[in-house]
Amino acid sequence: MTEQVQYKPLGGTIFTRGLFVLLFFTIIGFSLIAVRFWKGIGAVSNMTDVFPLGIWITYDVATGTALACGGYAIALLVYILNGWHYHSLMRSAILLSFFGYILAGFSVVTDLGRFWNVYNIFMPSRWQFNSALLEVALCIMTYCLVLFIEFLPVILEWIRGLGWGTVSKFADRFAPKLDRVLIYFIVLGMTLPTMHQSSLGSLFLIATSKVHPIWHTMHLPLFFLLNCLFLGYGVVVLESTLSSYIFDREYEVRVLAGLAGAGAWIAVVWLVLRIADLAWRGRLGMAFAGGDRYSLSFLVEFLLIGAGAYCLFKPKLHSARWLFISGMLLIVGGGLYRFNVYLIGFNWTHHWKYFPALPEFLITVGIVAFKFLAYFVLIKILPVLPAKHEPHLAGSPDWSSLMQSKIKSSSNWHLP
Amino acid sequence: MKSQTRRGFLKCFGLAGTVLAVGRAGFASEGAINDNGVGLLYDATRCVGCKACVAACKRANDLPPEKGSFDPEGIWDAPADLDGKTRNIVKLYRESESVWSYVKVQCMHCMKPSCVSVCPVSAMQQDADGRVFYDKTRCIGCRMCMVACPFIVPRFQWEKPLPQIVKCDLCKFSEVPRKGKPACAGVCPTEAVQYGRRRQLLAEAKRRTETNPGRYRSYVYGEHEVGGTNVLYLASAAVPFDKLGLPNLPNEAPAAFSEKIQHRIYKGFMAPLALYATLFFVATLNRKKLSKGGEKEEER
Repeated sequence: MTEQVQYKPLGGTIFTRGLFVLLFFTIIGFSLIAVRFWKGIGAVSNMTDVFPLGIWITYDVATGTALACGGYAIALLVYILNGWHYHSLMRSAILLSFFGYILAGFSVVTDLGRFWNVYNIFMPSRWQFNSALLEVALCIMTYCLVLFIEFLPVILEWIRGLGWGTVSKFADRFAPKLDRVLIYFIVLGMTLPTMHQSSLGSLFLIATSKVHPIWHTMHLPLFFLLNCLFLGYGVVVLESTLSSYIFDREYEVRVLAGLAGAGAWIAVVWLVLRIADLAWRGRLGMAFAGGDRYSLSFLVEFLLIGAGAYCLFKPKLHSARWLFISGMLLIVGGGLYRFNVYLIGFNWTHHWKYFPALPEFLITVGIVAFKFLAYFVLIKILPVLPAKHEPHLAGSPDWSSLMQSKIKSSSNWHLP
Repeated sequence: MKSQTRRGFLKCFGLAGTVLAVGRAGFASEGAINDNGVGLLYDATRCVGCKACVAACKRANDLPPEKGSFDPEGIWDAPADLDGKTRNIVKLYRESESVWSYVKVQCMHCMKPSCVSVCPVSAMQQDADGRVFYDKTRCIGCRMCMVACPFIVPRFQWEKPLPQIVKCDLCKFSEVPRKGKPACAGVCPTEAVQYGRRRQLLAEAKRRTETNPGRYRSYVYGEHEVGGTNVLYLASAAVPFDKLGLPNLPNEAPAAFSEKIQHRIYKGFMAPLALYATLFFVATLNRKKLSKGGEKEEER
C-alpha cells in the first residue's frame, strides 16, 4: 500500500473571468498606492496622530501574516506531531504563506512614512534591541526568504519538467542537494513564526494605558501565537475547500476535518486561557457586561470563535460546506481579535474614532486581490496541488482517531 | 541522519555565540534611569495664556504656521493641538466662569521613554541629560513611537510625501546651544515655564505647593507618572490634572513593563535557539521513525 504523493499543475486557461475581476481590483489598489507615494499618506488614508496605525498594518500585516500561517501550522502538525498524512497540503499552504508574507512586507513599505530610510533596518549599529518591531521586521524578512527556499523544490520540479536543456539539467543536479538541507529551513520555518507572531502581540505590551483593559495583558504574546495557529488551520481549510469548489476537484474532507480539529482544539485552549486571564486581572465583568462597544466587540469575537470550534467538534458537520463555514467563523473571530487589539480597543479613552478612508480600504483590497490572483495563476502552472485525492468519506472520523491512524496508507512519500 | 543532527547542533552553538555577542553590545547601551536630567516646570497658576512660547518655539525650531479652522486664508498661526507643524501649544480648559486653567502641552521627556524603547532603528534617543530627541536621518516612519507614547506627543506630517515625526526636544539643537535655555522658557513673561535640572525643579515645585496649599493642588504631576518625567506640572487646586489632558497613569514605566516581558521570553536570544534545536531534534526523530516504518511495511 505504498504510494508517492504526486503534485500536478492544474492546467487550464489562465485568463478566466475571475482573473479579470481580481486584476481590476489589483490595478485600482496599486494606482492608489502610487497616489500615496506621490502625495503622502494623508492623501489616501484616515489615519491620524491618535490612530497612527490604520488597516494597512492591522489587516495586511498583523492579520494578513496570521492568515499566512498555514504553512507554519501544518509544518508543526506534520513534523512535530507526526501527522504525515497532512503533508499533501504543505505545498499550497507554503505558497499561500509566501504570498501572505511578501505582500505584508509590501504593505509595510506602503505604510512606512520614511520608506527611503528603510535601509536602516539592515544596519546592526542602529538596531535597538528593546524594540519588538525590530524583531518582527527582521524575522518576517528572514521568513520570506525561508518560505521561498521551502517552495524552491516546486519550482525546480517544474523546470525539470520543461526540458530546457542545461537549465533543466542544472535543476536535476541541484534538487537532491536542496533536499538534503531543506530540513534546516523547514525547522527555521517553524521557529521564526513562533517568534514574530508572538512579537506582533508584544508590540502593544507597551501601550499599557492605551489598549482597552479587556485586551491589554502581559499575555498578549501568548495569545497572538495561539491565535495565529488556529487562524492558520482555518485558512488552509478555507483555501482547500475553495479551490476544490472553484476548480471542480474532489473535496479533501477527511484530511481537512482532521486539520480543522487541530484548529478547534487550539481555539478552545485559547478561549479558556483568555477567560482565565480576564478573571485573573479582574476584568471579567467588564468584558461580559455587553454595555459598550468594547464589550460588544469582545463578545462577537468570542462567539464567532466559540461557534467555529463547536461546529468542528460535531462529526455530523464534517461536510465540505460546514468545514468551510466553521473555518470562516474561526478566521473572522480570530481576525477580529487582532483588530480589537490594534484598532478597536486602541486609544479607547479618547473621543477620536478611526474608520478607513475609501482609497485606504481599496489599497488593502488591491493587495488581497493580487494575492489571490498570483495564487490562482501559479497553481495552474506549478505542481502545487496533490494530483491524487483521498476518497470523499460520508461520515468522517473524529480528529483523535485520525491522528492515531497516522501513516498506514502512505508511508513512502517523498519528504524533504 | 545522526551526523546531520550533530552538524545542526554545532551550527546552533556557533550562531549562539555570535548572537550573544551582538546581544550584549545592544543591551549595554540600556543604562539606569537618569534622575539628574534637565526639564521644565510648568506652573498653570502663573500662565496667562499669551502663547508667546508657542510662537517662540516655532521661530526657534523653524516650523511653519498651521491654519485655524476659522481662518481659511491662513493669516494666523492657529494650531488646535500638537501636530506635524507644532511642537508646543497652550490650551484652555474651562469648566465655569471661575474654574478654568491654561495648560501648556509638549513632550514630557519621560525618564524611561516608551518612544525610545519601541524605535527599531534608534531614531528616538535619550541623551545624558535625559532629553528625548529625534534623528530624522534614521527614522523609517513606522510610527511605533506614536503608538507607544502615553501622552500622544509624537506627531506625524500626514500631508507630506516626505514626512517626519515632530516632537519637542527641549531645543537641544536650536535654542539651548545659542541661549542656554529652550525658547518657551526663555520667552515666558510670567516664569510659568522654567528650565533647569529636574531635581531643582522638583524641589521648587514642592516648595510652592507647601507654602501655598490653597492655590495649588498638592501634587506634582510627573514626579512619579510612568517612572517619572523631566517635565513637571503644577495646577490650580480647583482643576484636576486629567482635565488638563494629563491622564492618570501608573507609576511603572510602560517601557520597563514591556522590556521585562520581552527579555524574559527571549533570554538574550537563547530561547529561540533552544526552540530551534528542540524542533530540529523532534522533526528529524519523527522523520527517522517514519522512514523506518516505511521500510518495515515494504518488507511485508
